[in-house]
Amino acid sequence: MNENIINYKKVWVLFKKEFRFFFFSPIAYICICLFLIISGWVFFSQFFLFNQAEMREFFRNLPFFFAIVIPAITMGLFSEEFSVGSYEMISTTSVSIPDIILGKFLAACAFMFVALVPTFIFPISIAFLGDLDFGPVLGGYIGSVLLIGAFAAIGIFSSSLTKNQILSLIVSIAICVPLTFIVFMDQFLPPFFSDIINDLSAAARFSNIAKGVIDWRDVLYFLSVIFIALYSTKLVLERKK
Amino acid sequence: MISVRGLKKFYGEVKAVNGVEFDIQKGEIVGLLGPNGAGKTTTLRMLTGYLTPTEGDVTIDNLSVIDNLSDIKKVIGYLPESAPLYGDMAVYDYLEFIARVQEVGESDIENRIHYVSDKCSLNQVINKKISELSKGYKQRVGLAHAIIHDPAILILDEPTSGLDPNQIIEIRELIKELGKEKTVILSTHILSEVEATCSRVIIINKGCIVKDASTDNLMADAGAANAVYLQIKTGEPKKAVGDFLKFKGVNKVDVSEGYAGLKDVFVFSDSGNDIREEIYKKIKESDWSLIEMRKEKQTLENIFQELTKEA
Repeated sequence: MNENIINYKKVWVLFKKEFRFFFFSPIAYICICLFLIISGWVFFSQFFLFNQAEMREFFRNLPFFFAIVIPAITMGLFSEEFSVGSYEMISTTSVSIPDIILGKFLAACAFMFVALVPTFIFPISIAFLGDLDFGPVLGGYIGSVLLIGAFAAIGIFSSSLTKNQILSLIVSIAICVPLTFIVFMDQFLPPFFSDIINDLSAAARFSNIAKGVIDWRDVLYFLSVIFIALYSTKLVLERKK
Repeated sequence: MISVRGLKKFYGEVKAVNGVEFDIQKGEIVGLLGPNGAGKTTTLRMLTGYLTPTEGDVTIDNLSVIDNLSDIKKVIGYLPESAPLYGDMAVYDYLEFIARVQEVGESDIENRIHYVSDKCSLNQVINKKISELSKGYKQRVGLAHAIIHDPAILILDEPTSGLDPNQIIEIRELIKELGKEKTVILSTHILSEVEATCSRVIIINKGCIVKDASTDNLMADAGAANAVYLQIKTGEPKKAVGDFLKFKGVNKVDVSEGYAGLKDVFVFSDSGNDIREEIYKKIKESDWSLIEMRKEKQTLENIFQELTKEA
């Protein structure tokens, strides 16, 4: 099968199309607005309570917001194409399945990065209020990039499973939310399990990076989640043939 | 050019395509004809590599679709049923996108877009959003999509379904035009479409081929079993009319009461000879009035019904 070769020129063409589509989609705008409003509100309501010039609370809450927002913006990526039938159109042109998956994945990530840009206002305004340590902030944003990648890959995977967008949304939330919340389970479990759970939890990995300590194991965790989800998507799409 | 061998596709217990075999030469326009659910779309999807056969193989220029999909895709232009396009894009942007995806050289892209939009008469709507177009225009954008990379083979799934009569004629003309330089396979359940556009017909039913013939041969076969239809004004009873017209060379006469006291008569000849002149002379002997007389061919509809009726 020469269908596995990735042609980066075509990935770029597909990426541009998908990225533009996000800006046509009201759902994507609504999700981003809600994300910015709620995350900003939650953050600042705690910020003045603690009275500390730091972003820790913002990044602590971020995985939960992402676990909802990213499935919502990725739910239609394949589902909608299946239900409209355009997947048949695009997949019979000279693009390979990996080209299509990568184009969608990168576009979803890029869109979320754009959504993250307005939050730069938080550290900038905090820096005026007090002495902000930029190390953890930078770590937080690097962690966000990895987290977005992991959740977007999961969202794309669940979108490839069905032509029903709502079902796809539920499946990806059902994966992303436990992956995030699982870290809070460790108090109820024996130490051995709690270690495993800490290893598996996206929120725990993310909070390590967000402290400003970038450990290659944490990075590898996110890259593995991305790879496994995207590879599974490829298998799903091949099985549909 | 295209060779299909032992092609099967099963969905669990359902045998959508069950052992289809045919060869298509360069330059043919082949109509894949069959009732709904016969396996036409599934067959076409396997030709394009969108579906993988359960058994059997499709080879195009001696390359297997299963093993050489990315090479095969370059020589095929495919229009799925009802042209599912990206509605949010403008026609030009969509064609440009597809041209890039289909590896049209950067310097050629503009020329190709102009060429296909001329060919498919899209110039008027080139800047409109696809979702705002009529069905006929959408179908033409779909055809433009299929030919943008100048493929040798065009595969069209029900290219005229859902169009109004004018649009149907336009699309058929376009397909014929494209068929001059390309090999075309189209599926349809409309028989007149095959008569109008195709040089060859493959009739498929329940996943199997039931007839594979050139359109001319099929029509000739259809013509052989000929009958003459008459409409007569007479007070005579049906039996008398039947007996009167059963002269030498006539095999069978069917008489039925038509509207306004007229009689509808079918006269079947023995040999397939044209017996209209004899019938006319015969009626001239009587005091009946001949209202209408025409040669009744066994139509493609009849053949189709016979071949695809429930066993």
